[in-house]
Amino acid sequence: MTDSFLKVENLARRYPGSKDGEALTVFDQVNFAIRKGEFVCIIGHSGCGKSTILNVLAGLDQASDGAVIMDGREVAGPSLDRGVIFQNHSLLPWKSALKNITFAVQARWPQWSKMQVLEHARRYLGLVGLKGAEDRKPAQLSGGMRQRVGIARAFAIQPKLLLMDEPFGALDALTRGMIQEELIRIWEQTHQTVFMITHDVDEAILLADRVLLMTNGPQARVAESVLIDLPRPRERSTIIHQPGYYAIRNHLVDFLVRRSKELAGGARGPGAEASAHPREVNPIALAAGRQPVDRVQAN
Amino acid sequence: MWSLPLRAAILSVLLLAVLLGAWELAVQAPGAGARVPGPSKLFAHAVQELSHPFYDAGPNDKGIGIQLAYSIGRVLAGYSLAALLAIPIGFVIGMSPMWQRALDPYIQVLKPISPLAWMPLALYVIKDSGASSIFVIFICSIWPMLINTAFGVASVRRDYINVARTHELSRFETATQVILPAAAPTILTGMRISIGISWLVIVAAEMLVGGTGIGYYVWNEWNNLNLASVIFSILMIGVIGMLLDLLLARAQRLVQYAD
Ligand SMILES: Nc1ncnc2c1ncn2[C@@H]1O[C@H](COP(=O)(O)OP(=O)(O)O)[C@@H](O)[C@H]1O
Ligand SMILES: [Mg+2]
Repeated sequence: MTDSFLKVENLARRYPGSKDGEALTVFDQVNFAIRKGEFVCIIGHSGCGKSTILNVLAGLDQASDGAVIMDGREVAGPSLDRGVIFQNHSLLPWKSALKNITFAVQARWPQWSKMQVLEHARRYLGLVGLKGAEDRKPAQLSGGMRQRVGIARAFAIQPKLLLMDEPFGALDALTRGMIQEELIRIWEQTHQTVFMITHDVDEAILLADRVLLMTNGPQARVAESVLIDLPRPRERSTIIHQPGYYAIRNHLVDFLVRRSKELAGGARGPGAEASAHPREVNPIALAAGRQPVDRVQAN
Repeated sequence: MWSLPLRAAILSVLLLAVLLGAWELAVQAPGAGARVPGPSKLFAHAVQELSHPFYDAGPNDKGIGIQLAYSIGRVLAGYSLAALLAIPIGFVIGMSPMWQRALDPYIQVLKPISPLAWMPLALYVIKDSGASSIFVIFICSIWPMLINTAFGVASVRRDYINVARTHELSRFETATQVILPAAAPTILTGMRISIGISWLVIVAAEMLVGGTGIGYYVWNEWNNLNLASVIFSILMIGVIGMLLDLLLARAQRLVQYAD
């Protein structure tokens, strides 16, 4: 992968041990890369360290070891180049929906006029279907609308990398489905580079170009990088009829229920012992018997 | 069926009527060594006082409006000075665990001191009774504002700080655009407690140092055995205290937000 836009190298997070002195390694030897314009999801069991990785990418947290390199520069702190959408929306509750966005736009382009800022913010609020809710405070919006404002805010600053931590985790299934489709629509227009945490296999297949799979902690790792080789634009209603959908789905679910445990504690799959890099897998090709199982991702 | 507020209002008026009636009866009852004036006398006095509240006939004979204005002026002066100091310091304490620890012992020792205990020292150093009263107000109103500001700032949700960080806000922008609005309701609560305490303390302070102000006025009227005036002043102290609290409650509502 020569055109990697974001590179995560040997990332590790350890906590000093409590009384018994044993240090806790949440994850280590985490390696992966993301290309420009790619939509990457990461899945793993709760507590394996996904949020920690995302926060390190955001520059909000620091790793114990390793480095994150974006656009040839090491990530050392938060930046407007990396937009973040948290699970619990994190809008400023004293600001209206529109003001929550203008605030971000102003921070991004301080030289813009008030008119410009307002126009830009309105456009993105319209993009998530919230025209008319501009003056409402977050408390006066439903959970889904709040998350939409968060998405509009993050897309509005046009970051080089968009980070999302289970953005739809707190929403009911119906709302989640609608926002997923909105997200696809906006993403088709912008081809924003995205790194997203989810615990929903179907959501990952719907949205991602690639899904990273993490083993269980402690000492969790990114074990596989699964290619989602399904045509775009995708739709929730039709994607399940795509040939290959179930090959991918079964592969992901099998990892979550079985292999994430087997590979826990730093164990590697067959043929991958030599490398700390995730195994590249294309379940569709695999099902057709075209891809050797032990191909390792070259970096 | 009448609405709840209306029924409550009617009940309030009824209670007032019963209370005033009982008072009047008790005062006019034969054999009672009644020195305390009844409501009717008090009402006549109130009308007379309020018809020219700002008359000034020398140091010992000023209208109740003037006296209240003196007190309010002192409260506002001491209170504003305290706010000017307490809110920035509270900000620093709230943002810095080191400053919090460093200043904590001082706050813990100074806070429980009765503000009036400072009066002799203030009089000796400042040598002016009015300014000393302002100092006493300052010292009593600083603590609730300081502590509430520090607490409000320290408990701003991590999420909001992260929003500020990911949007690359400077320290100053973070303080004014994120922390201040987030902590404002808590800060206003402290300011509301402070104004209440100030109004309690100013009466006592003015009784102690004399000269002008509603506290001095009450004491002076007591010395003149003018009980109607004393009771009327007590009522006025209550009314002004209520207005000050109402003002701060209004301000509090302005900065309140739903999470
Ligand atoms: N202060 C801490 N001390 C020890 N372990 C911690 C501490 N903070 C977090 N952890 C551990 O770090 C792990 C990773 O958490 P997180 O990144 O939130 O996981 P995920 O998002 O995958 O659910 C958790 O298992 C948690 O127990
Ligand atoms: Mg998490």
